[in-house]
Amino acid sequence: MQQRLKPEASGAPALDQSPVQTQIMNPARGSLLGIEHLEAAEIIKILKFAGRMNPDKPRPLLKGRRVLLLFYETSTRTRSSFEIAAKSLGAHTVLITATGSSIEKGESLLDTGYTVRALGADIIVLRHPSAGAPYIMAQHIDVPVINAGDGLHEHPSQALLDAYTILRNKKTFKGLQVAIVGDIFHSRVARSACHLLSKFGVKIILCGPPELVPDIATTIAPGVRVTRHIEDALRGTDVIMLLRVQTERLSGLKIDLAQYIARYQMTLARSRMAKKDAMVMHPGPIIRGLELTSEVADGAHARILEEVRNGVPTRMAILARAMGKV
Amino acid sequence: MKSPNPGGLLIRGGHLIDPAARINAPMDVLLRDGRVAEVAAPNKIKGGADRKFDARGLIVAPGFIDLHVHLREPGQAHKETIATGTAAAAAGGFTSVCTMPNTAPVVDSVEWIRWLRQPERDAIVNVFPIAAATRSSKGATLTDFRALQSAGAIAVTDDGKPILEDSIMRDALRLGGELNFPVVQHAEDTRMTENCSMHAGARSFRLGLRGMTAAAEASIVERDVQLAVNIPNARLHVAHLSTADALKSVRRGKRAKARVTFEVTPHHFTLTDEDMRDYDSNYKMNPPLRSKSDLEAILVALADGTVDAIATDHAPHAAHEKAMEFERAAFGITGFETALALAITRLHRDQRIPLSRIVELFTAGPARCFDLRGRGSLLRGSIADVTVFDPRKTWTFDAAQSRSKSRNTPFDGWQLTGKVVATIVGGNIVHSA
Repeated sequence: MQQRLKPEASGAPALDQSPVQTQIMNPARGSLLGIEHLEAAEIIKILKFAGRMNPDKPRPLLKGRRVLLLFYETSTRTRSSFEIAAKSLGAHTVLITATGSSIEKGESLLDTGYTVRALGADIIVLRHPSAGAPYIMAQHIDVPVINAGDGLHEHPSQALLDAYTILRNKKTFKGLQVAIVGDIFHSRVARSACHLLSKFGVKIILCGPPELVPDIATTIAPGVRVTRHIEDALRGTDVIMLLRVQTERLSGLKIDLAQYIARYQMTLARSRMAKKDAMVMHPGPIIRGLELTSEVADGAHARILEEVRNGVPTRMAILARAMGKV
Repeated sequence: MKSPNPGGLLIRGGHLIDPAARINAPMDVLLRDGRVAEVAAPNKIKGGADRKFDARGLIVAPGFIDLHVHLREPGQAHKETIATGTAAAAAGGFTSVCTMPNTAPVVDSVEWIRWLRQPERDAIVNVFPIAAATRSSKGATLTDFRALQSAGAIAVTDDGKPILEDSIMRDALRLGGELNFPVVQHAEDTRMTENCSMHAGARSFRLGLRGMTAAAEASIVERDVQLAVNIPNARLHVAHLSTADALKSVRRGKRAKARVTFEVTPHHFTLTDEDMRDYDSNYKMNPPLRSKSDLEAILVALADGTVDAIATDHAPHAAHEKAMEFERAAFGITGFETALALAITRLHRDQRIPLSRIVELFTAGPARCFDLRGRGSLLRGSIADVTVFDPRKTWTFDAAQSRSKSRNTPFDGWQLTGKVVATIVGGNIVHSA
C-alpha cells in the first residue's frame, strides 16, 4: 500500500515516498492509448509497417523482450492476436487475467502495474472494463502501455486493423462512406473507428435506435452523422461495420431485441442497398441471428475473418513501434 | 479552542465589508471577550487593546461560514480529522464549518453530535454538525430531529444518499418546518445515475464514461421545491446546486415565497466537464462538473443575488482512493484553501461581481440559511469571528502545502488572486499568513 501524504505545517513541501504522483506525466514513448490523439501521418506509418509484417516469416525485432498481457476482461481475438504478434517478433509473453491472479484479491490497477514493471515488463498490453484505465497506468509507469480496449472508450488496435483491412480492399480512404450499425454507445470499437476514419475525411454514418446511438455521438469527430433508418445508412455506403448489442454493458437499459432485429439486423436483402462492392465488417464476436444473419456473415462481401487475420501484422507493428522499431 | 481574549484585539486600518450591516467603508474593529466590542471610523476607537492587528490595505469581513464540509470523523481519519480539516478551513478564512453526517458510522444520534463538539476533537474553528435525516441515512425512518437539534445539530441531511421517497421527504420537511430546522438535500435521482462518473454530455460520450444527466439533479430539486411550497414553514436547503434546470426550480420556489435556500461550490462556478484531462480523478466529484451553459446560469445567479451561499463541499480522500480507474475513484475534492481565491479570481476579477457580494456569499448568506445567530456580521455584540484578506494578492496554490490531510484538488499549481491574511475565531487569531 502507498504511504499517505502527511499534512505539512511548516511550509516545506511534503516528502512524498509514495509512487502515487500528483502531477500528470507523459506516457512512455511508444504507448498507444487511443486513436483520438494520434496524427494521421503516424497512423499511416503504423499501417505501412504492418504491411511489411508477416507472421509466417518471424522477425526477431523484439527478441528477448517481455510483453505483459494484462487482461481484466475476457477476450478471444485481441488477446491471442497480441500474443501471436509478440511471439512472431521474438518476444516472451506473460498473460495475467483478472481471475486467478492477485487482482482477484483486491490488488489495485497501479499496484499490479508496479508489480509487472518490477518483473521486467518491456511492454504492457492492457484490456480493462474501465474507460481510461490505460491512461492511469501510463501516467504512473514508465513502460509503454498498449490499450487493448478500455471500457466504452477506445480500442485502438482494432481501429488500426480495420483501417488496414479497408485499405487492402479499397486502396484508399478517399471518397469512402462507412456505415456503422448497432450499439454505438457501448462500443469502444465505434469510437476508435470514428476518430480514425474522420482523420482521413471518410463520411461516417452511425445507425441504430436512440438508446444505442445517442444524437450526441455526432460530436465525437468531424464528418459523423446519425440516422435511425438502415436504408439511409446503407445507400451509397462502401463499408458496413456491424456491432454486437453488448447486453453485458446495458446497465439497466432495456432493449427490445425483437424490434432491434426487425429494424437493424443485416440481412442479405438489406446489404444489397449498399454499393455493389461494399464490404461487411464486424469486430467480433458475432451473434448470428441478432445483428446479422448467417448469410451475411458467411457471404461473399464479409471480411470478418480477414479482419481477424490482419490483426496479427497490425499488432506486430504496434508492438514494434512500442520498442521504437517503427 | 482557547478562551476569549479578555484584553481585546484591535483590527485597525482595514476596509470593513459587512453586508448584513450594510457597511463597506474604512473601519476599525475592536474585539473583546469573544465579542465585537466596537466598530468605528478609523482611529476613533478610544481605550486600549492588548493587541493590535494592522489591516492596512486589507479587507476585514465577518468570519466565513462553510455550509458543506466533510471532516471525515468519526471513522475515516485516514482522509481527514477535525483537527486537520479545521486547520485547512482556518487557512481558507473559514471560522465556522458545517459538517456532513456521512461518516462511518453515520452521525444519526445525539451521542455522535456531542462527540463531534467535544474539545478533544481539537477543532480550531467552530464546528456545527449536520445530522442524518434518516437512520443510517438509509432513507427509511426519520431520525429524532428534536433531540438532534437540542444536542446542537443545525440541520439534517442524508448527503450523498439523497432522500428519494416522496413520503419520507414530505415528512422530513414537515417535521423540520415545525422545529424551524432546515432539511438539506443532495439532489440526485440515484436511480438515473447508476455507474455514472461525470456529467452526461459530449465529453462523457467521447471518454466512454457513463454520464449523470442534468435531469437527475433537476427532477429531485423540482420535487423538493414543490413540497417546500406546499408545507407550512418547511425549510429546504439545496446542497451544491449545479444545473441551470435545478436553478429554475429554486427561482420558482423563492418567487412563491417558499423557504428555499441553496449553495454553489467554487468548482462549479470555475470548471466545466470539458476541463477534465486524461481521466484525472481530481476532476471527479458529485455533482459532477457540468456544461458551460450550466456554469453560465450559475454565474448569473451569483451576480443577481439568487444564490444564498458559496460552500466548498470540501471532500478529502487519501491518494490511493483517487489514483485508480476514473470510474472507481472516490467522488470529491478538497476546497477550503482555494474557495476565496477562486471567488475573487473568477467572480470579482473576471465577472466584475462586487467584493461586497462575494463577502455576503461567505458570511451573511450562509448564516441566514442555517440561522447561525451572532455570526455572519460584525455588528456590535456579534461573536468575534473575523476574516481578513488581501483581495489583490496574487499567489500560487501548492497542494503539497495544504493543511488538509489530503491533496485531491484540481487547482494544484493554479495562480490565483485574493489571499486570506488572518482568521480570527472568538477573538483569537487561529491563522495568519
